[in-house]
Amino acid sequence: MDIRPILITLRRHKFTCCLLVLQIAFTCAIVCNTIFLIGQRLDRMHVVSGIAEQELVYVELADIGTRTDGDARIAADLAGLQSIPGVKAAALLNQLPFNLGSDNFDVRTDPAQRIAPLNAAQYMGENLVKTLGVRLEEGRDLRPEEYIDLSAVNTLLSQKQYDKLPAVVLITRAMADRLWPGQEALGKQIYVGQGLPFTVVGVMANLIRPGMDRMGPGVQYSTVWPIRMPMLSGTAYAIRCAAQDCDQVLKTALVKLKKLDPNRIVLEKDTMEQHRSDFFQNDRAMTGILVAVCIALLVVTSLGIVGLASFWVSQRNRSIGVRRALGATRGNILRYFQTENFLLTTMGIALGMVLAYGINLFLIVHYELPRMPVTYFPVGALILWAIGQAAVLGPALRAAAVPPVVATRTV
Amino acid sequence: MFGYYLDMALRSLKRNRVLTGLMVLALALGIGASMTTLTVFASLSADPLPEKSSQLFYVQVDPYPKNEPFSRSGKLPWLMSYIDAMNLLHAGRAERQAAMALSKVKLTPENAQQRPFFSDGVMTTADFFGMFDVPFQYGSGWSAGDDEARAKVVVIAGLLNDRLFGGANSVGRILRIGDQAFRIIGVLRPWAPQPHFYSLYLGGRDYGAGDAVFLPLQSARAIGQMPINLFSYAAGDKQKLETAPSTWLGFWVQLPNTEAASAYRSFLGDYVRQQVALGRFQRSDAGLSSLMQWLRDQKVVPDNVRVQMGMAFSFLLICIVNTVGLLLAKCLRRSAEISVRRALGASRAAIFMQFMVEASLVGMAGGLLGLVFAELGLWCIRRQPAEYASLAQLDVRMFVSTFAVALVASLIAGILPAWRACAMAPAPQLKSA
Repeated sequence: MDIRPILITLRRHKFTCCLLVLQIAFTCAIVCNTIFLIGQRLDRMHVVSGIAEQELVYVELADIGTRTDGDARIAADLAGLQSIPGVKAAALLNQLPFNLGSDNFDVRTDPAQRIAPLNAAQYMGENLVKTLGVRLEEGRDLRPEEYIDLSAVNTLLSQKQYDKLPAVVLITRAMADRLWPGQEALGKQIYVGQGLPFTVVGVMANLIRPGMDRMGPGVQYSTVWPIRMPMLSGTAYAIRCAAQDCDQVLKTALVKLKKLDPNRIVLEKDTMEQHRSDFFQNDRAMTGILVAVCIALLVVTSLGIVGLASFWVSQRNRSIGVRRALGATRGNILRYFQTENFLLTTMGIALGMVLAYGINLFLIVHYELPRMPVTYFPVGALILWAIGQAAVLGPALRAAAVPPVVATRTV
Repeated sequence: MFGYYLDMALRSLKRNRVLTGLMVLALALGIGASMTTLTVFASLSADPLPEKSSQLFYVQVDPYPKNEPFSRSGKLPWLMSYIDAMNLLHAGRAERQAAMALSKVKLTPENAQQRPFFSDGVMTTADFFGMFDVPFQYGSGWSAGDDEARAKVVVIAGLLNDRLFGGANSVGRILRIGDQAFRIIGVLRPWAPQPHFYSLYLGGRDYGAGDAVFLPLQSARAIGQMPINLFSYAAGDKQKLETAPSTWLGFWVQLPNTEAASAYRSFLGDYVRQQVALGRFQRSDAGLSSLMQWLRDQKVVPDNVRVQMGMAFSFLLICIVNTVGLLLAKCLRRSAEISVRRALGASRAAIFMQFMVEASLVGMAGGLLGLVFAELGLWCIRRQPAEYASLAQLDVRMFVSTFAVALVASLIAGILPAWRACAMAPAPQLKSA
């Protein structure tokens, strides 16, 4: 189809055309960026945790305080929890995946490094790997005889008896790849604090680190230490069981813990699945808002297209009649308006791409967002072309229905 | 004349109900979205203590070693170690000064039927109440002497007083905290500055309900209360917080005027240099930020809210462009009518006015409907899981600004079509008709 007559006609409506192009450009720019933001949220929400989420429940108890029988109490609790039918493993952990806050520390591969190459989460608690269901890719799990109480660690640190500390640690694949790219990580040393060396004895496939602020790059930088936890604020019992038993096991566990000491307070309890879902609730709400804005934008823009196209059709009633009288088919007229819309939308999209890129740059500078992948641009373009064609269809069909006899009327 | 324009505008709008409806709806959606997010943003970035904020300053020093800095971009640590906080507190160089940390506090009601429960506690020092103008219902705060003597006294929030004592004057009664008896010396009126400026980085919420229990810092530590947030800058026993190389306290000072502020700044500089000389610090930078500056620097308003506001206003922009297009279409369609009016003696200004009145009518209708959408939007925000959800309320200021935004938006949208209408040459139009 020859587009020259269309362009000539459009030049006679510069203002309205410019407005439509501008509107499509803004919509395109914002829709591209919104879809990108939605994608970012979805990526966050679908992060791999590396743990057996469906098979875990947890109970966080209030700090018992400084009791002399604290350790015996914990041993009794764990024994009680493990005796519940269906429970496969239980552990007292210093922090859980999908907690809002987190314990972290700097990791060096050489004590002389001025700036640590990475910062990782610090998981502690006997029997952690088995309880959380973390998969070891290489090496071995920590051995029971390697574990030492946290209070003993503190004493050794304050007495500077560093050689008596356990010297082994587990790290994740992501950490190994970052610290020693392309090399074997097993047997290598990481340095912590004032240059204390720890040997990597196992590499875990994945283990997500807790902390809302840690969800960006390096989300899998976690370490597991052979340290036994006392009951402190933030520590929680993690209990592993079959997925279908979770609710029942959680109920029984609470009864059991209450029976062992009726005076303590349960701060938090839930299944790990729910814990994960709660962790991402803000992201979910934000995704909903972004989707709603996106839809509202597209609706308003398509209403604008419908309005302008209807106006044009009614304004050109007579010329349509003339064309029809001169032999143009209904299809010709229909395609004329469709092509016109396609041209305007394309101009809008071209301008919109530049704007979209600009908005993305702004977001990169102000909100530390990554660069938008180029794949989002064609997605935005396709959506707008589709919206444009859908919106113009009604007015174009009305135009096609104009009978040739209109040409003979004066007004 | 205005009445005539109004009548003409109404007639014109009525003639094309669908188009008018589309314009009003689009404008209302844009205004509703913008006002919803603007209300949230305004309430989140508001001044938590309007009468006092200019006198309040947050103090930061940096005890971190050079090779393991707090931040690679040179930011100062958020919190302060106990040693520094006590040094500054005892120096007493500001009109008022207080150190504070948050702690989960276990309360055991006297009434044996009520089970023990946890509450949000603030461990702080005597000046806290005077410095932040905390309002008391009964009693008062404690003195610096109580701090030093580790007195077992406590100030509680009105809500907790209602829960435990049915709202009666509970001053002098006993509150069991952990397994220790504390004497209540003050009950607060409802007090929850938004945002909770004094507890940024202390591990609590930034917005929402206020804290319930206020304890003298040393007394709380004496019974083993731990801060929620703790950052260590070297290895050490985290249980012995008074000597540990850990930062866990926020430190605020009240400086009544700029002279006092600059005097304090130089005192702080001296202090930091002295600590460097002693070998405790390796960096001689210190921070003294006014309350509002501190909130801005720490970006207390969530990024989500900023992004939402940006999107809503972009949406409004698109709605305005949309309205311009539709108004323009309408005006071009009426070229014959305009030409007749011009031929009968209406001036360009009169035509311009007529179209602006029509546009502002659309704007007013859009504003009214937009208000409904804004209320709906805020209702949705209140049902969100965010901690600031309950703050999303439309106040009079926002109510008025909704109409201001609607009017401005529609007038902007109306200018181009009105100008086109009045610039039209009447003769050719009349001829063809």
